Amino acid sequence: MTVMEQRGAYRPTPPPAWQPRTDPAPLLPDAAPYRVLGTEAAAQADPALLRRLYAELVRGRRFNAQATALTKQGRLAVYPSTTGQEACEVAAALVLQEQDWLFPSYRDTLAAVARGLDPVQALTLLRGDWHTGYDPREHRIAPLTTPLATQLPHAVGLAHAARLKGDDVVALALVGDGGTSEGDFHEALNFAAVWQAPVVFLVQNNGFAISVPLAKQTAAPSLAHKAVGYGMPGRLVDGNDAVAVHEVLADAVRHAREGDGPTLVEAITYRIDAHTNADDATRYRGDAEVEAWRAHDPIALLEHELTERGLIDEDGIQAARDAAETMAAELRAHMNQDPVLDPMDLFADVYAEPTPQLREQREQLAAELAAEREGTHG
Amino acid sequence: MTTVALKPATMAQALTRALRDAMAADPAVHVMGEDVGTLGGVFRVTDGLAKEFGEDRCTDTPLAEAGILGSAVGMAMYGLRPVVEMQFDAFAYPAFEQLISHVSRMRNRTRGAMPLPITIRVPYGGGIGGVEHHSDSSEAYYMATPGLHVVTPATVADAYGLLRASIASDDPVVFLEPKRLYWSKDTWNPDEPTPVDPIGRAVVRRPGRSATLITYGPSLPVCLEAAEAARAEGWDLEVVDLRSLVPFDDETVCASVRRTGRALVVHESGGYGGPGGEIAARVTERCFHHLEAPVLRVAGFDIPYPPPMLERHHLPGVDRVLDAVGRLQWEADN
Repeated sequence: MTVMEQRGAYRPTPPPAWQPRTDPAPLLPDAAPYRVLGTEAAAQADPALLRRLYAELVRGRRFNAQATALTKQGRLAVYPSTTGQEACEVAAALVLQEQDWLFPSYRDTLAAVARGLDPVQALTLLRGDWHTGYDPREHRIAPLTTPLATQLPHAVGLAHAARLKGDDVVALALVGDGGTSEGDFHEALNFAAVWQAPVVFLVQNNGFAISVPLAKQTAAPSLAHKAVGYGMPGRLVDGNDAVAVHEVLADAVRHAREGDGPTLVEAITYRIDAHTNADDATRYRGDAEVEAWRAHDPIALLEHELTERGLIDEDGIQAARDAAETMAAELRAHMNQDPVLDPMDLFADVYAEPTPQLREQREQLAAELAAEREGTHG
Repeated sequence: MTTVALKPATMAQALTRALRDAMAADPAVHVMGEDVGTLGGVFRVTDGLAKEFGEDRCTDTPLAEAGILGSAVGMAMYGLRPVVEMQFDAFAYPAFEQLISHVSRMRNRTRGAMPLPITIRVPYGGGIGGVEHHSDSSEAYYMATPGLHVVTPATVADAYGLLRASIASDDPVVFLEPKRLYWSKDTWNPDEPTPVDPIGRAVVRRPGRSATLITYGPSLPVCLEAAEAARAEGWDLEVVDLRSLVPFDDETVCASVRRTGRALVVHESGGYGGPGGEIAARVTERCFHHLEAPVLRVAGFDIPYPPPMLERHHLPGVDRVLDAVGRLQWEADN
């Protein structure tokens, strides 16, 4: 029947398929980054947690300095520093339980170390003696790799699989502000929300993707606002306030663990060092900006709180520094030894069983190595 | 012949049976992709799996191939054995970064600690009247990526056996399904499935003495038909079905070429940078003194895949194969 024929019976109606979905209001981030240090809430913070965070921040700062120094000595191929971002790195590691998984980006060696991974193993990729220096399943730390945001769907899939198996596992995935422009960021957040996977995304917005500032990366009100589009809560936090980051992440992890789905956390922080040792940050930013952020230093913020509340004294501060020096000295000593390399490893794990073609190539390399040795001896 | 017990089955049915048997045998096997659940896939290969095993085992994902494969990586990291469906060859391209940068390398990267047993099913090839982006031969891209197995069945029985072997493999497998053979039928008893073939073995489909046609997937029926037609010309052609492009079965291929002395590679994929160049080089390097003629290639043209009304001019057919056979320098025999 046409509309003309049913004239009189016809009533215009809304589209039949439309129904209200998620109410966006509870998903929206706060108007300003959440802070604890320097606010009244700081008085409620657990002293043991403050001391623990402090020791790890001091150690983390020293780790960044030592790793950068190792690039200058030719002991690391490259190092992307997290100096200034230690609060995010450390809090991300500390909020996780043993069975949980950490999915670092290439910049997050420190988060892996703070989780307890041996620093030499954590630096394998950047040293260049192999790609990954540890068993990810043993430490529940995914490999550090350099493609951007590709680890995010991995975190979603792992968290989803754990949930299907009925295991109590949360995945925490790290990404930078630049990485939020990648398609994998979008796809991961979308899958996570659709599946209600127990995963937490932490965006460390450190201001720059190498040289490109956030304004050229996105027109979103904030990166945390992106969460609303996926139907998950977005949280905005002061990334240099270790106590605030810890609290927001711990809330998000608990939320995920209780089956309430994913959260996107944006931590506002700053990359004090250049992108890596090979970068020249003076080409794209001024000293005044860096100095302003140095005045909002994560270690100074926490040290101030500890001192004000009488939770640490000079000896305590010195003890944290001494522990960091010990770590740095051990790292230096290990990294100053040349790694043991076996070229035949190149063929070891391409497939479970080498293909006939790889067996031939392995023999070729073995013959070349034998000839090299003979040449040396002859 | 005991054909009495055998029933005709299509390749699509054999693939469905392989998925179902794999899921029944191992609770770690999860099927995921676009439309694989309620609909049963656009080619109906996953028909009934969601109903039988539940939507957690056969999952309709959001429409995003990188997300599908990327989340499959995470699932495999946690010990599952995902079987991912890419809806069409050209729709698999968004997943390339995950495939090349992670799936293919994870075992090597982690020194064997974290292999990824993922099967990526890709309907590929032309001849079905599909509009643009529904008929690509993408095998050369996969072959060029170390760490992947690349497998393609051409018969109903192989569809079952090779898919079971792919899912059972601890390495990632790109499983290329020749979509114009989905409805090809063969006498195959689904209740007595053929033993699971190991990945990496080619098979002689038709013995012959004059020349070897080396082919795979959608081009196998073309070659078999050409071999029958060639009898009229006095050529007795052998047809080798590669079944696995990675690993490559040099042994079976070279044994055939050494017997016949002439070789022709036939595939839909473009010739330049295509699988045929690699195969011709391998055969020449290994069988040079047995060859009576250069190894020739019969391939698709080096053009973007044509619109459906013109695709028959692009796809290698029987006549193009026979023309090439005629160019295998038979005058030397006279």
